[in-house]
Amino acid sequence: MQDLQSILDEALTSLSSIDNAALLEDAKARYLGKAGLLTERLKALGKLPADQRPAAGAEINRVKVAVEAALQNQRDALAQRQLTQQLASQSLDVSLPGRGLSPGGLHPVTRTLERIQQLFHSLGFDVADGPEIETDAYNFTALNIPENHPARAMHDTFYLDPRHVLRTHTSPMQVRYLESRKPPVKVIVPGRVYRCDSDMTHTPMFHQVEGLWVDETVTFSGLKGILTDFMRRFFEQEDLKARFRPSFFPFTEPSAEMDIGCVICQGEGCRVCSHTGWLEVLGAGMVHPNVLNPLGIDSERYIGFAFGLGVERLAMLRYGVNDLRLFFDNDLRFTRQFR
Amino acid sequence: MKFSESWLRSRVNPPLSSDALAHALTMAGLEVEAREAVAPPFTGVVVGQVLSAEKHPQADRLKLLSVDVGQGAPLAIVCGAGNVVVGMKAPCAVVGAQLPGGLEIKAAKVRGVESFGMMCSEKELGLTADSEGLLVLTSNAIVGSNIRDHLNLDDQLFTLKLTPNRADCLSVTGVAREVAAITASPLQPLVIVPATVSFNTARAVTVDSPLDCPRYLGRSLKLSNTKAPTPDWMAQRLTRSGMRPRNAVVDVTNYVLLELGQPLHAFDEERLQGAICVRHALAKEPLLLLNEQSVILDEHTLVIADHSGAIALAGVMGGHSTAVNDETQNVFLESAFFTPAAIAGRARAYTLSSDSAHRFERGVDFNGTEQALERATSLLLDICGGTAGSIVEVRGTLPTRDAVLVRPDRVRRVLGIELTDARMAELLTCLELTIKAVPHGFEVIAPSHRFDLAIEADFIEEIARLYGYDNIPATPPIAPLSLLPVGESRRSEFDIARVMVNRDYQEVITYSFVDEAGEKVLSAQPSDVVLLNPISSELSVMRSTLAVGLINTLLFNLSRKQERVRIFELGRCFYREEQGYGQRKMLGGLISGTRHAEQWGQTPVCADYFDMKADVEALLLGVSAQFSAAPHPALHPGRSAEITLAGKKVGWLGELHPALVAHYGFVQAPQLFEMHLDPLLQSSVPHYQETSRFQPIRRDLAVVVDESLPVATLLTALKEAQVGGVSELTLFDLYRGSNLPQGKKSVAFRVVIEDTEKTLNDSEIESTINVLLTILKTRFNAELR
Repeated sequence: MQDLQSILDEALTSLSSIDNAALLEDAKARYLGKAGLLTERLKALGKLPADQRPAAGAEINRVKVAVEAALQNQRDALAQRQLTQQLASQSLDVSLPGRGLSPGGLHPVTRTLERIQQLFHSLGFDVADGPEIETDAYNFTALNIPENHPARAMHDTFYLDPRHVLRTHTSPMQVRYLESRKPPVKVIVPGRVYRCDSDMTHTPMFHQVEGLWVDETVTFSGLKGILTDFMRRFFEQEDLKARFRPSFFPFTEPSAEMDIGCVICQGEGCRVCSHTGWLEVLGAGMVHPNVLNPLGIDSERYIGFAFGLGVERLAMLRYGVNDLRLFFDNDLRFTRQFR
Repeated sequence: MKFSESWLRSRVNPPLSSDALAHALTMAGLEVEAREAVAPPFTGVVVGQVLSAEKHPQADRLKLLSVDVGQGAPLAIVCGAGNVVVGMKAPCAVVGAQLPGGLEIKAAKVRGVESFGMMCSEKELGLTADSEGLLVLTSNAIVGSNIRDHLNLDDQLFTLKLTPNRADCLSVTGVAREVAAITASPLQPLVIVPATVSFNTARAVTVDSPLDCPRYLGRSLKLSNTKAPTPDWMAQRLTRSGMRPRNAVVDVTNYVLLELGQPLHAFDEERLQGAICVRHALAKEPLLLLNEQSVILDEHTLVIADHSGAIALAGVMGGHSTAVNDETQNVFLESAFFTPAAIAGRARAYTLSSDSAHRFERGVDFNGTEQALERATSLLLDICGGTAGSIVEVRGTLPTRDAVLVRPDRVRRVLGIELTDARMAELLTCLELTIKAVPHGFEVIAPSHRFDLAIEADFIEEIARLYGYDNIPATPPIAPLSLLPVGESRRSEFDIARVMVNRDYQEVITYSFVDEAGEKVLSAQPSDVVLLNPISSELSVMRSTLAVGLINTLLFNLSRKQERVRIFELGRCFYREEQGYGQRKMLGGLISGTRHAEQWGQTPVCADYFDMKADVEALLLGVSAQFSAAPHPALHPGRSAEITLAGKKVGWLGELHPALVAHYGFVQAPQLFEMHLDPLLQSSVPHYQETSRFQPIRRDLAVVVDESLPVATLLTALKEAQVGGVSELTLFDLYRGSNLPQGKKSVAFRVVIEDTEKTLNDSEIESTINVLLTILKTRFNAELR
């Protein structure tokens, strides 16, 4: 009969050389199966004298445990090897691009409008929307621009019939908004506007944002404060220079035009600012009593300021777009740059 | 308004550089739009006089000149100009001169003959882009004097971009008055001595419309020589203001217009017939204008008439029949005040524009009428010689200037600055107005040349302007703080746009006006909202659908090799309503090309109806919309649907009609949709529904139905039955095949059954499924597969 030690030695040698899970289990049967060598030894214990049994039993168990451990080791080793192979065979070129849809993008004008709205919203301005086909009365008369006023000629108006126009500015919403609300009000009105003009620097349709604040504490100084602050935040230039010049709008008095230091050349002088170092960015002023009084607003108690800014102008300056007409060509190679 | 700096400085000369003067004007609201030098820099050019001219021995076209340049011996100069005449005076660049363009004059041999300088043309001095021959100088030019001084070339042209309220600055005097006010410099008065009256002006004047023409002055002038040349100084000022000198009479009227802002008109005395009458035109009265444009007048138009009929559009333009010409000897000179209301819009109505109308419609100083007439008289008599007749005047009621109360407290409150009462008074005094201290402030009366100062706010602007907008600090506004309402059941337009963007759509913005042809083929109800004055025929009607712009954008991009186009637009569409116009915000989209951008590991598949429908459904999340087959003229009849919400049609989607695919030459049919924006903005605040702690049960239910039966009908019927326990009902398979009877399809639904109270047993599940199956069997003749 083979002695235990040689069984153990043989088992350790043979198990460690097996590289196949099925063969390993077969090998297990040779030692630990129903008719396995060690099983046989255990069965034979009963034939030994009683006083030798514990020692012999312990000896067989020691060998059995060792074989089981060797078996498990080999199982683990095989599993590990298999996993390693599997992983190797499954590896990807992780640098390949992902699949499916990628997002599109907003139009640069919308992107700019959203930014303008966010900034004014942070100051508590409501957002309102108004009609694009407007009556001549709202577009002009209610804004202190009577018929035949020279300012009408400046507007290059599209007419649908003698009483209806495509709004030439977002200012009519000052009147519409105040018709339905009592001061104090604080609102901006973004939207499309139309002028019968088309060349290198004019498109017949463009976007404006109108702003209106009517309250008891509104001042011209505050108007300067808000608009200067806005431009600095919009362009993210804390030291952006700003200046206000007297101007004329029939619906504001005093009226002002706002220039900012050129954001392209930082005031050094370039083509964009016509070498003046300044860029005209918006018109503003204190709401004219002739606008407030017909609305039943006590212009002695309430003071208003209003402003109107051109969205494409700001978008061009912000993103370095050098041709206004690009905005309405909708060339995907252009619009995709604003994703 | 364009003028030369030297003219302005002859009236007011503040100690400011040209740059500083321009800045001061701009910051006072008279924006200097352009500034240009009269001449580029050059040196060494003097007035020369040709003493003799001989043929060049070696060249036929060249001459050998002897030129007196005022110092030393005359210079020998070779010259090729064709207009050389002995005795003439012309600019001469002497040796060492630096000419524009970097040319330096040196002594040189020209075809073997020594030349010590160069005679110059206007072009060579950079005064014009092109010129022929030497610049001929007047005989009084001082030989040897610097040409820059002689021609006043160290001058600048200022162009002001004036706002319509500042008509008072449409003259050099007006600008000078403003400069005096903003720089506190003295204004040089213009001394005008009334002409000696030598005879009585015989022509009578009547004004039928005194409200439109409150003041009309006229006088006859007998001129000795109307062909006398306009003096250089006047011609130069006119030229530098952008006016071409013509003849003495026209030049003087133009000069006075520029100098004083008062439009004048000179009639040819001999061509007038009888008395002058200022009246409204008769209906359809014809008038040939001096620019030879013929107009048919209406009764709203103010005219100057004589016995022959209308002879001038009052305040706008004179007529052809009475215009001065080269033969004119005597003139009848008109200086009138027409009210802005009488002239406003008239020029435009006849598609005219004139310096006169531009001023009258904005407001001309009604106290300057006579002064301007006297100024023109004295200039004409100076130039042409002759005698002046008496002034005929018709005077109605001139505009009034009301006293306005300006309250310093109000000024401080509106502007938000501390400014003393005394400083305000000081600023206002600069404006040549009448000011008087009264309780609570000042009573001010605007001068006759200011038409823009009528209420307190106008004077507040003047105070701010003279104080300097730049000197008013920019301060953060003070107001009570409160949070704005933010409605959670409302989505913003940006939210909607982002849904599209996240599904790989690029936003576009197209014009709201489109071509009629596009409307006709793409709209279910082509637009009848037509522009009266479109910018072009391609942009002539207001769109009724976003489809036109989307298709045009597709065409534009396809032609630029952009083959996969997924775009959307958010904007208004227009239609007529009983009262006025409807203008509804819409959202429209278009896809064309492959479903996904071409990429590895995927076979390219053309995007189809269901790709776009998924995008539309994403927009409608949380809204129970119905899609049902419905025709649309622009869409494939079998591949288009209308979208309804609570029975109301809110949009459509589908594949472009094959006929239009061919019409536009598309290789692949694009998919389009359009929806009312408003329902998409409505959302709801979520309300929690209890989720079951027990396992949900899934059962599949496959039935065979008629091919023509829309799946949505089945689903709707199943859902509307509201069978207890059914928490989810979705289509998961659709099968058509040869093993099904002809005209049948197999539809498979996944049913999820849940109970919040207990685990369901088999018989409960079976009975639920049976209820659903019965609905399908009895209502739709479905058979279990």
